[in-house]
Amino acid sequence: MSGFLSSAIGKKFLMSISGFFLMLFLIVHLIINLLLLADTTGATFNIAAHFMRTNPLVKIIEPLLAIGFLVHICYSFIISITNWRARPIKYEVNNPRENSTWISRNMIYLGILILLFLIMHVINFFWKLRFGEIPEIMVNGELMENTYSLVSGLFINYWWYDVLYILGAIFLGLHLTHGFWSAFQTIGLDNTRWKPRLKGIGIVYTIIITGGFSIIPIYFLIKSYL
Amino acid sequence: MAEKILRKIKLKIWRQENAQSKGYFDTYELENISTDASFLEMMDLLNEHLIMEGIDPVAFDHDCREGICGSCGLFINGRAHGPDNDITTCQLHMRKFREGATIVIEPWRAKSFPVIKDLMVDRSAFDIIQQAGGFITINTGSAVVANTILIDPKSAETAMDAASCIGCGACVAACKNSSAMLFVAAKVTHLANLPQGKPEAKKRAIQMAKKMDELGFGGCSNTGACEVECPKNISISTIATLNREYLSANVDQ
Repeated sequence: MSGFLSSAIGKKFLMSISGFFLMLFLIVHLIINLLLLADTTGATFNIAAHFMRTNPLVKIIEPLLAIGFLVHICYSFIISITNWRARPIKYEVNNPRENSTWISRNMIYLGILILLFLIMHVINFFWKLRFGEIPEIMVNGELMENTYSLVSGLFINYWWYDVLYILGAIFLGLHLTHGFWSAFQTIGLDNTRWKPRLKGIGIVYTIIITGGFSIIPIYFLIKSYL
Repeated sequence: MAEKILRKIKLKIWRQENAQSKGYFDTYELENISTDASFLEMMDLLNEHLIMEGIDPVAFDHDCREGICGSCGLFINGRAHGPDNDITTCQLHMRKFREGATIVIEPWRAKSFPVIKDLMVDRSAFDIIQQAGGFITINTGSAVVANTILIDPKSAETAMDAASCIGCGACVAACKNSSAMLFVAAKVTHLANLPQGKPEAKKRAIQMAKKMDELGFGGCSNTGACEVECPKNISISTIATLNREYLSANVDQ
């Protein structure tokens, strides 16, 4: 087993599996976030956020998610370093755009941008919800943290956060246009017939994720000017 | 296409005395090159001039000059085998270049392919990978015996497509990670699809992939650069097959 995880294919397998897990997480995350647009009082979103905070199943999945992120991030660096070492002398003239896409060659850099976004994002919300003081609100007779005011407050009061969150969604989308199909290819679920199909599904998935996550800051940005 | 004459071209070529010495770029000029000349014919002309001038000719690999041996490995103007898809360097012609252009010629760059001299690299790493499992240990008999074992057309075609790999190393040269995945994938896919190769398919995948790592090749980022530069147009779907074989082999272990 240790031989498998230290092999080039084994390391990529971990990238793929953690990638799949993170892609599933993104869908759950997006569905809950879109509840921000459900009503102007934020009651629906607050109930959903409260459920996610208190549900025991989520409590079990939360550390798994953290592991998923850590594996994906750590192994991306380990793999990249091995790959850089494989070519100690670079080409004087290199013209890779003739044979591959910029995104596929620069997943690590897109990943670093997403990581920076992720750090900001965790500080903005997760950290405050978990360790900070959050104003509470009565929803349907139950006292819960007013997560909606935290999100809407950030997006309405600081326009640059809206821009940063849209940028984050775009970087994530670029990462996914290659990552979605690549995850299937790495675990061997690909052939000449399925490659175009998987790439197509990947683009639809990317549009949903990037579009969905961008709508939220755009909505609050418009709201702040009304 | 009518022949034209390139009145002047500039060549910027990597020169390196031997594996130990430090390399450098030297620039040469050539006059009156026919657009019908192959790239290697142009290199021959250059070497004739260099010999007459008393300069050490440029060492480069070449053999069959008909696109089948896989010897010619040059990185030309930033691409393995030059500015065209699915060809070897000997299939590249001077009509792809313009009058007065500077053509930059480098050897394959990879830790596992050290330079021997000038543009020649040592590709014996591929032989070592092949020796690690890219074969069938049983006696497969004569052609008559082989014909008694029926193979469905789809498997035969898949195996044949993969078997067209000539081991030129363009996949490694083009890959941003200097990965040998397409080469290993071609060998594994070729043999795993045939009844003679199937019994050892899993062992083969594990041993060849292990050797590939040991020799310092990088991993696969699925950029697809290799399949574009591969003169035999071997699909990266073979890499998916290799991954599948490798993963299932590890499950079985």
